[in-house]
Amino acid sequence: MMDVLYFAWVRERIGIPREAVETQAVTVMDLVDELRAREDRYAAAFADITALRVAVDQQLTGFDAPLSGAREVAFFPPMTGG
Amino acid sequence: MHIAVQDAPFDFGMEAEEFARARAVSGAIVTFTGIVRDVDGGLRAMEIEHYPGMTEAALTEIADQAVTRWSLEDALVIHRHGRLAVGEMIMMVATAARHRKDAFEAAEFLMDYLKSRAPFWKREITQDGAEWVAARDEDEDALTRW
Repeated sequence: MMDVLYFAWVRERIGIPREAVETQAVTVMDLVDELRAREDRYAAAFADITALRVAVDQQLTGFDAPLSGAREVAFFPPMTGG
Repeated sequence: MHIAVQDAPFDFGMEAEEFARARAVSGAIVTFTGIVRDVDGGLRAMEIEHYPGMTEAALTEIADQAVTRWSLEDALVIHRHGRLAVGEMIMMVATAARHRKDAFEAAEFLMDYLKSRAPFWKREITQDGAEWVAARDEDEDALTRW
């Protein structure tokens, strides 16, 4: 099981802030494809991944990053701090 | 090093004073404060969401880099989340170094990095509704100079 977190408009589009996901995904992209196939709201949130950023176990990474041993994956738009 | 992520307001004068007093031997202290501005006259509030856990880790990592690269005596980052009104302070950074150039550069580096590498998301609430603030290309480009 993996905790998948959503922030900002990704959270709004999917409708929940986090969920536990049963997955065999090898990379972040595999997980995205699994989520996209679930329901329209996921497909809408992940329609353009160039508009998204991802963190695996709270470290920013890329969509080709491996998920072996990962406990937490978070998807969100580019950050706007400061 | 002092890193704080909080919804409560902070006292800029007190924080700056305390930081400067404790590092009086440093020679140079720079502080920067970001304030909620009303761009078009219609902003009611700013809401800031963040990623608890990752936010603190990311800010610590960014501050660590600044301390190492500019041989800082110390660094401080305070960043608020939650709902903020126009005119409220969003965040502040402070750097202490032996010379002002290092203190200024390190403060700019901290600002550039926490704008686009710390997991915060701003949403502007206006009379027409709420809208997520889009990241600007200039903010991403600003990182290339470091």
